[in-house]
Amino acid sequence: MAKKLNMRKRYEVLTRGLGWEPTYQPKEKVFPQETYEGIKIVDWDKWEDPFRLTTDAYWKYQAEKDKKLYAVIDSFAQNNGHLNLSSASYVNALKIFIQGVSPLEYGAHRGYANLARQFSGEGAQLACQMQSIDELRHSQTQIHTLSHYNKHFTGLHDPFHMHDRVWYLSVPKSYFDDARSAGPFEFITSISFAFEYILTNLLFVPFMSGAAHNGDMATVTFGFSAQSDESRHMTLGLEIIKFLVEQHEDNLEIVQGWIDKHFWRAYRVLGLVSAMQDYMLPDSPMSWKEAWDIYFVDNCGALFKDLARYGLRMPKFHEQATDEAEHLSHQVYTALYQFSHAAAFHTEVPSKEKMDWLSEKYPNTFDKYYRPRWEMYAQMEKEGKRFFNMGLPQLCQVCQVPMSFTEVSKGEPMKLSQRVTEFNGDKYHTCSDGCKDIFDHEPEKYAHAWLPPHQIFQGNCGGAEIPDVLKYYHFNPEDGGDYKGSTDEATWKAAHGLDDQQTTPEKSA
Amino acid sequence: MTIKTNFGEYPVGNKDAVENFHGNQLVYIAWDDHLGIGPANVFPLPPEMPFAALLEEVIPSVVSPHPDFEKIDWVKAQWILDGESIVPELGKSLTENGVGHKSLLRFKTPGLTGYQGSGN
Repeated sequence: MAKKLNMRKRYEVLTRGLGWEPTYQPKEKVFPQETYEGIKIVDWDKWEDPFRLTTDAYWKYQAEKDKKLYAVIDSFAQNNGHLNLSSASYVNALKIFIQGVSPLEYGAHRGYANLARQFSGEGAQLACQMQSIDELRHSQTQIHTLSHYNKHFTGLHDPFHMHDRVWYLSVPKSYFDDARSAGPFEFITSISFAFEYILTNLLFVPFMSGAAHNGDMATVTFGFSAQSDESRHMTLGLEIIKFLVEQHEDNLEIVQGWIDKHFWRAYRVLGLVSAMQDYMLPDSPMSWKEAWDIYFVDNCGALFKDLARYGLRMPKFHEQATDEAEHLSHQVYTALYQFSHAAAFHTEVPSKEKMDWLSEKYPNTFDKYYRPRWEMYAQMEKEGKRFFNMGLPQLCQVCQVPMSFTEVSKGEPMKLSQRVTEFNGDKYHTCSDGCKDIFDHEPEKYAHAWLPPHQIFQGNCGGAEIPDVLKYYHFNPEDGGDYKGSTDEATWKAAHGLDDQQTTPEKSA
Repeated sequence: MTIKTNFGEYPVGNKDAVENFHGNQLVYIAWDDHLGIGPANVFPLPPEMPFAALLEEVIPSVVSPHPDFEKIDWVKAQWILDGESIVPELGKSLTENGVGHKSLLRFKTPGLTGYQGSGN
């Protein structure tokens, strides 16, 4: 019987020496995307997989995790776990998650599959292949977990179709499309480093602890099931940055440019998360501002101190992102509130308790700028005129978020922030210095942006009237609008035997 | 900077060229100090439309629910077109007033600064 190899030897045998020097075709034709971005790789063997994970071990771990997860999902369904939520309004956060985030997981699956094909280094091929499979698994486990909610609540029935068409979902979609339509090194810098390393904690930690706070044990379980993968992805993100910068001095400037760009792109996507976290969770474990301070200001501040020895610095415009931390969720959620008649989730004026929580978490901004806004909306609602903006919003040409952001960094938080660039005789509007900088760097690319309101006016979205467009989105009439009076609310009240005045069941001791 | 490509020149394109809007042009309109109404709205409008129609139809279609709307004195309104102050001639067309495709038109209503003066 052959002698058993030790771990390190096994890893080497199972990951390296799998490639070969091509002879029928020149190498640059076999790996056609590897050089055009200007990145120079001198020695792919310097690539270190920080986990030394082999394929056989990978399958074993993932199978164990799936087994546990699906046991929880089954028992959640059998016990009608959705009835133990804090409120059915919590499900609106899940709607944004499955419409906005799960399709990104699938997009990442495709992106990493492409990297596994395009990188010529075997270690990198293998790491990308595993991440590709992880991402597919995440998208599947999220769909399976949330399919239980789809039986009881609205807006969850066709998230992938929606993702490709709907105005607020073009925010995450356009970011991933931007990365996926770039070269392989830009893609990996964008998704592995800017998104997964720098910002993913801001998405997953508050979202998963939010799920726990609101009684959603199914989501907590898929979160945990993905967590060990996520930490592997984060480590990959850091590894790739160091590898690129160490390979050749010319790589530094290119990589820094990508970090700048994709930090801002990913940050703008997280605007949706901030709204979810501060407003859509009935019981929020921490505010966006608190999460930003911990996960970005402290953690990333320390990270970039460490990366300084590689010549890397903090991403451009990070100061503006920090300035905005006390405004972001309020600005994004009020945009969602106004246009939720054309959305597949519900919004509502925050309860008195929620407003007090927001005052406490945002002492410098909420009472001064945003409480009056909610009081105005509440007044309009009381008069039977719940405010919906019956026009279409101006979107940023780059991030595609409705242009509700303001000049916070200039000390004018109640003045809309609007930037414009002339390119080939036309105007292109952006929401911030960060997005304008990205546009100005590659205007040819962003001139192609598929902006949903403009597409509606061009006649490409099913028709000219809102019901036509909603049909094209595969929305049902009960999917949008205010939470009060929604089908979801009625379902919830019926299941808990609540009358019209009550919104939450009595807490049992 | 131009974009790096793998195969030849990056294709020139403009998804929102004015020709794509069936004779209309896009105009963005925002009401300063009224952020409760939200971001600027985008409207597809005929270039030959008189400026007065903005006041009479287009703007009210979105902002009329706002409590300040009824108090607007359009004679006093101040207009900022693509960053420059203008005094529009109401009877003349958008084009004659300098409003082009994807122009951003902001207006201020002196004395009206949103719900309880909060800028909302």
